[in-house]
Amino acid sequence: MSLMDYFRSSRPKSASIAKERLQILVAHERSERHQPEYLADLQKDLLAVIRKYVNIDPSAISVNLEQDESREVLELNIVLPEEVQPRRRSAR
Amino acid sequence: MARIIVVTSGKGGVGKTTTSAAMSMGLAQRGHRTAVIDFDIGLRNLDLIMGCERRVVYDFVNVINQEATLNQALIKDKRCEHLFILPASQTRDKDALTLEGVERVLNELSETFDYIVCDSPAGIERGAHLAMYFADDAIVVTNPEVSSVRDSDRMLGILASKSRRAELSQEPIREYLLLTRYCPDRVRLGEMLSVDDVQEILSLHLLGVIPESKAVLTASNAGTPVVIDEKSDAGQAYQDVVSRYLGEDVPHRFIDKEKKGLFDRLFRSKS
Repeated sequence: MSLMDYFRSSRPKSASIAKERLQILVAHERSERHQPEYLADLQKDLLAVIRKYVNIDPSAISVNLEQDESREVLELNIVLPEEVQPRRRSAR
Repeated sequence: MARIIVVTSGKGGVGKTTTSAAMSMGLAQRGHRTAVIDFDIGLRNLDLIMGCERRVVYDFVNVINQEATLNQALIKDKRCEHLFILPASQTRDKDALTLEGVERVLNELSETFDYIVCDSPAGIERGAHLAMYFADDAIVVTNPEVSSVRDSDRMLGILASKSRRAELSQEPIREYLLLTRYCPDRVRLGEMLSVDDVQEILSLHLLGVIPESKAVLTASNAGTPVVIDEKSDAGQAYQDVVSRYLGEDVPHRFIDKEKKGLFDRLFRSKS
């Protein structure tokens, strides 16, 4: 095994690990940055409304705005708890 | 009307003050009337790098508070008649800088200067915000290192949304990447992000690459901007940066380690 083999080893170089980590991180942070500022308030208000009916955790709701050339999609994702309370209420 | 240049980065210790000193001296050496302002209130250091720390009488905050006139506070450089330094204050009052005050000082400087270089403090707080708010051009100083690249990207977001140009929907600030403390041999070994890597991540116009150099510390020890040391690699790299900023087409140097002899160097393509 020559010295060159050592340098050509398949172990990824630290610079390429750095580049990959940065690409992922920067893409994520940029997408967050480009979201309109009202999204945070919208999320808070939606949470308050939903909590009138279902007791959900603040982390169980996410609001996302995705944009491409022709359209915008506002994605609202709510994770309801397994034991759904309104059902009990209607059974009464 | 002066052109306002902010030297910024987000992260500390990447070379903002070294770059501000080099840019302002380089512009002044070419006959442009240039003022360089230290925005790092409480932690003034530009005066030391410029070698005028013993000539500070009044500072930026004194001018803003109208305790001194701009002419009283500006320090004329002893090496170059076109260069003037406005030192930061050592006050611990974080609110010493006001938007209106900074605007007034910049407007007054604009009447007589060609370029105003704003040396931003690290971070994204008041001083950094005010340093970039009125800028026409931004030099984003970045080290080939993860936290610096990330902070630079963060700063790009702030330049694009929180500056006066952004708020008035004017033509955006012109942003330039300056990669500093670059080690071509470590890049070759895969131990350091390359110029191309950083450019790919930040997608910015590359103003220049400053190699890691002993000359930078030597220059700051003596209080002479490294750009004056034309024998040094960093000094030459900064001279190129100034030329490129002024629109000259100068090929990039110091990106590849010159490891071969003169023969190779002469016949190597200018890539």
